[in-house]
Amino acid sequence: MPTSDNPPNLILQKIEALGRGTTRWVEGLGFGVTLLYEAVFWVVMGRRQKQPIRAVPIFSQMMEIGIEAIPIISILSLTIGMMLAIQGIDALEDFGAEHQVTIGVALSITREFAPLITGILVAGRSGSALAARLGTMTINNEVDALRVMGINPIRFLVVPNLIAMVIMVPALTLWSDLVGLFGAGLYIISDLGMTTGVYINQTTQYLDANDVLHGLGKSVAFGALITLVGVVNGSAVTGGAEGVGRVTTQSVVHSILAIILADLIIVFLLTR
Amino acid sequence: MAFLPTQPAPVIEVTDLVTHYGSRRILNNVTLEVRKGEIMVIMGGSGSGKSTLLRHLIGLERGSSGSIKLLDQDIGKMTDYELNQFYRKLGVAFQGGALFSSMTVGENIMLPLREHTDLDEKTMEIMVRLKLEVVNLAGFENFMPSELSGGMLKRAAFARAVIMDPVLLFCDEPSAGLDPVVSSSLDELILRLRDALNMTIVVVTHELGSAFRIADRIAVLDQGEVLSVGTVAQVQASDNKRIQDLLNRRFEEERLDPDAYLARLTGE
Repeated sequence: MPTSDNPPNLILQKIEALGRGTTRWVEGLGFGVTLLYEAVFWVVMGRRQKQPIRAVPIFSQMMEIGIEAIPIISILSLTIGMMLAIQGIDALEDFGAEHQVTIGVALSITREFAPLITGILVAGRSGSALAARLGTMTINNEVDALRVMGINPIRFLVVPNLIAMVIMVPALTLWSDLVGLFGAGLYIISDLGMTTGVYINQTTQYLDANDVLHGLGKSVAFGALITLVGVVNGSAVTGGAEGVGRVTTQSVVHSILAIILADLIIVFLLTR
Repeated sequence: MAFLPTQPAPVIEVTDLVTHYGSRRILNNVTLEVRKGEIMVIMGGSGSGKSTLLRHLIGLERGSSGSIKLLDQDIGKMTDYELNQFYRKLGVAFQGGALFSSMTVGENIMLPLREHTDLDEKTMEIMVRLKLEVVNLAGFENFMPSELSGGMLKRAAFARAVIMDPVLLFCDEPSAGLDPVVSSSLDELILRLRDALNMTIVVVTHELGSAFRIADRIAVLDQGEVLSVGTVAQVQASDNKRIQDLLNRRFEEERLDPDAYLARLTGE
């Protein structure tokens, strides 16, 4: 039952909750930065510290993050390429400029859609898996077990994933570029009666290497962000299986948010 | 020869260890010595601070004040690199086994060898098989942890903990959640490991029966304080009320008649 004391208490509780949330957020950010620093340290100094980064877990993570994601990335990229072509032709028809659709589609796929689709999909597939794995390992004392075996958990668990991410997310983005342009081409060729040669000519004429590199560069940052967000969330697990579920969901939401914010910042810095 | 030491030298020395979680004091001036070659059981009820003490002993947490010396080295003053090197002298068997679910039992046990030695694959495989034989799990190297029972998981965890032939072995609740037969066989395993591998072993447990079977000495912990350290007989003969309360809980459990218990549950 509400009493006269309740309103100030409620406000106080809300302020406390906000303070706690902010502290957690700042802690997470600090932990993420430390993680990145430590990961780079182990890549550079691992051998000297007698704890080298091993190739086998990196390849295994590359398979999981990259190769196994090819079918779903292909379907999404093909569909989005075709949708962009449909929308582009529809909008440009009003100006009688539908033959210019190629430039809009090519630029939007390479600079924005391919890195974003790939980043979001990898965050949903592999970032969540990483958070769940780390969360489960934390509650089962497996991370502590690594420490007391003299094995640094960041070197053993995080670095292979980080390396695999910064290699495979750009690789998948490049694949997404190709499939997206192929999908758009299929529609443009059939709808506008353009020949394949003309479509390829226009695309290569309008696109330059910087457009592709712009997308690939962003996807390197997205890959690193997905790993860091997954690790920060996975390590913060509390409360058993329910906690693992919570951090897994959190990890996906935070990764997507981080990717979109990073995209905005990078685009602003590089294009304005 | 009165000047010769009658007791083996201490290999673990905890001095005035205090630790807080927030404003709550979890360990309260804990002072404890563990001598070379002995099995020291740290015993106490839930929330007594025994698992926290174990985490401090193995360097996973650092206290607010006080010191912990393992093999004459203050682990609180070690850098991360020194601690990583030092860990090769320790083995830890965690409560649930803490085996990596993505690796086979053999790969789990081999991991410290792979990470810290330059041994070839064949030698490592032989060493894994030897340790599996010591813990009575011969032939299980290709099983996944999910295919093992609770008792087997703990045995595999012991095999991994001793693969580097550590000087000190720490065990967290080795018999928790196991039936009396399996629990008793794990007690025998701990005794055998001490005798065969000449290790100093620290066991944290709340199972009094198990503690009495394996301990050379027992440290009774309650509310973060060491109430008593002594042999089984000394602890049992203690007139400290808190110790007697702890011991009596065990006897009550042992005296419990299953029929009476069932009747109490069903209300008949």
